[in-house]
Amino acid sequence: MMRGNRTLTIGVSLVSFSVLLFLFSFIWTPYDPLEINPDLSLTGPSSSHWMGTDENGRDILSNIIVGSRVTLITGVLAVVICMLVGVSIGIATAMSPKWIESPAIFGIDIVLALPTVLFAIVLAAVYGPSTFTAVFAIGIALSASVAQVTRREVNVILLADYVVAARASGSRIPRIVRKHVLPNLRASLFVQASSASAIAILAESTLSYLGLGTPPPDPSWGRMMASLQQYLIADPIFPLWPGLAIVITVLGFNLLGDGLREALDPTLRRDVE
Amino acid sequence: MTLLQVRNLTIRFGQKLVVDDVSFDLDAGQRLGIIGESGSGKTLTSLAIIGLLPDAAAVAGSVVFDGAEILNKSDGELSSLRGNRIGMVFQEPLTALNPLMRVGKQIAQPLRIHRGMRMKAALARAIELCARVGLPDPERLVRSYPHQLSGGQRQRIGLAISLACNPSLLIADEPTTALDVTVQQEVLKLINELVREEGSALMFVSHDLPVVSSMTERVAVMRSGTMVELATVGELFSGARHEYSQKLVQAARRSDDDFVRVSRGGRA
Amino acid sequence: MTTAWYVLRRLALLLVSLITSSTFVFLLLRLLPGDLAQAKLGIYGTPEALAQLRAEYGLDQSLPEQYISWLSKAVRGDLGLSVLTGADITNELLSKATVTLPLIGIASVVALLIAVPLGMLTALRFRKWDGVTMSAVSQLGIAVPTFWIGVVLITTFAVQSQIFPAGGFPYDGWADLGGAIQSLVLPACTLALAQGAVLMRFARSATIDVIQQDYFRTARATGLSRAGALRVHGVRNALVPVVSVLGMQISTLIVGAIIVESVFALPGVGQMLLQDVNIRDYTKVQGTVAVTTALVFVVSFLIDLVLGLLNPKIRQR
Repeated sequence: MMRGNRTLTIGVSLVSFSVLLFLFSFIWTPYDPLEINPDLSLTGPSSSHWMGTDENGRDILSNIIVGSRVTLITGVLAVVICMLVGVSIGIATAMSPKWIESPAIFGIDIVLALPTVLFAIVLAAVYGPSTFTAVFAIGIALSASVAQVTRREVNVILLADYVVAARASGSRIPRIVRKHVLPNLRASLFVQASSASAIAILAESTLSYLGLGTPPPDPSWGRMMASLQQYLIADPIFPLWPGLAIVITVLGFNLLGDGLREALDPTLRRDVE
Repeated sequence: MTLLQVRNLTIRFGQKLVVDDVSFDLDAGQRLGIIGESGSGKTLTSLAIIGLLPDAAAVAGSVVFDGAEILNKSDGELSSLRGNRIGMVFQEPLTALNPLMRVGKQIAQPLRIHRGMRMKAALARAIELCARVGLPDPERLVRSYPHQLSGGQRQRIGLAISLACNPSLLIADEPTTALDVTVQQEVLKLINELVREEGSALMFVSHDLPVVSSMTERVAVMRSGTMVELATVGELFSGARHEYSQKLVQAARRSDDDFVRVSRGGRA
Repeated sequence: MTTAWYVLRRLALLLVSLITSSTFVFLLLRLLPGDLAQAKLGIYGTPEALAQLRAEYGLDQSLPEQYISWLSKAVRGDLGLSVLTGADITNELLSKATVTLPLIGIASVVALLIAVPLGMLTALRFRKWDGVTMSAVSQLGIAVPTFWIGVVLITTFAVQSQIFPAGGFPYDGWADLGGAIQSLVLPACTLALAQGAVLMRFARSATIDVIQQDYFRTARATGLSRAGALRVHGVRNALVPVVSVLGMQISTLIVGAIIVESVFALPGVGQMLLQDVNIRDYTKVQGTVAVTTALVFVVSFLIDLVLGLLNPKIRQR
């Protein structure tokens, strides 16, 4: 299966890098990310602070390391939600009779039309910005895409001879799902989960940037970027670090998804948008 | 005068050998049929001659057209031959034409490319060509879209496109296979007439031996990439040497006798 | 006759979508914890004042009644007043839209101009090294958050070279034409680059699709080079899926506009929405989101319609 797939290798490395940051954050950081040093405000990279300090004198590197927590946790949780909800709806819709399937497809399309971030904004208006609202919004919004792709794939699976035979011989639906549908979906699910992670992380950082994600003082890459943007004039390098962290992570998941698709089944489509 | 000389043509896709050491000659004004089942390599052979094989294909051997070696020539040089000295007609009339472009404009293309004609002049010529291929009401037809025409009509358009610049060689790859039986005969007759009037050489590729034998004087039999026999139609039907060719002949004899010209081995 | 039927059917679908989504948005914000009137009046909320406010804004009616009255007015262009600030929602939306709509429009056009040629080029050279490089660049383009692109552009063109403003919009709005255009250049480019990366992948696969078609082979057989065949036959055929994707991307564009407005501090609909969210002006948010969603559907519908009608198979009948 692993045939020297370059995309996959790069993807795995990049994602591992972020995961390492995440794990590392629990062990040790150069400084306490929340510690304020007003006299050290906005220093550039130096030997004591490798990435410099922000406007409150906080060490940027430490904030980046701890910021990975929010990123990965949001990403993972949102993806778990969207996969559970999306796959269930997708399978259920595909296996329902026409009169249920048609309005369901319509409903999914409507939810798909509502952009993720807009949905999150509305939720934030109601419940206030927090990690939870971000996770929930992203999870629900993405589940529509997952449901649509899953539905299409299940429909294809249901056409296979052995599935038709199983249904004809009276196998009940839960059994068919367990024995035939899910195993065939496995490859697609991995690919979708990777792509969904990339989108979720991108969405989370956008929401944080807009102030609708994790509130201070918990470090968050997106929010860091927003606050450091004002100090571009002092030194353009400041917003670079959180930006780089985000890009590496998202790119990693994207390539992971593409690489998985190449390795497991090149005929899959990565339609999670 | 030998118009086309193919020697030791070999085509590979990676490790897979799909055409193995094929050689034949074709003189000006002559007709050669290439017969084989799907997968025999007959289409790839014809595509190799005009340089339209997929990128993944590796080609070796020699193709000499009108005295010049053209195999592995640059795409630019081959482009000046295609549609100009060598015309090609394909199998699927449904998809071989651009669905979003009027057929007249599609016929005009080669005229504009190779004869430098302006659109108006090219379209006028296209109308003439439509009449020549037996299409009714050419002035109106030229403005139609492919989906408005029948399969037979579309194939005539395909012929018009390939013959627009009076090529000296016409390659026809299963031109009638996708058509209704009744229309097949008409289109074959048309090809016959046009090729004879132009004095062009014809390379007719098909899986259908009765059809091929009614259109050509000589036949090359291909199987799994190799050319197992090259003979005149008469020789083939009276005593084919290769076992596979014999099977084909037997199958042909069993089919409609109108198609088979056993004794004459000639054209319609 | 069949063309009319086609249009009618699509129109019906549009209508149903609009009604469903507006209901969804309405319910979402009405079924909130908390009382709108109470929130507005705060400590001045005597029972009489509350009752009067409720009557004024129709909050004492039943939910379906509120919905019908809101919808019927909205359809006529009256989105009502904000309960919190008393501002006329429609007016506010329109004035902010004068910034947002041109932004989105310019960005879409530029995105297409970037994506289609590059996508076609990548497809043409997909075995050569520059094709692979371009592919990698578009991969990167998708992974980069929009706001990051904006910040990079600000750094390069505003802070370091001072060519364009780092943000803001002229006080006089479009009366200061030069200033307005200048303010929109970097934001539009940001949005265009972000969208372009996505569109480029579609342009690429659409072009590869065209190359694999039989009519492409016919075109080549008439003597056209690969690039030539693409030029004559490919562009129109490849454009169709790309434009329809753009239609689907409208909502992403709108979100992108919200982000870009935040990055560049533009007084557009996006920024207004964010502010309203911060002060919990529910009625205004409801109006804005409803209109935005409706716009998304209408634009998708129009693009679908135009593409469908351009298809000669539908037009002839």
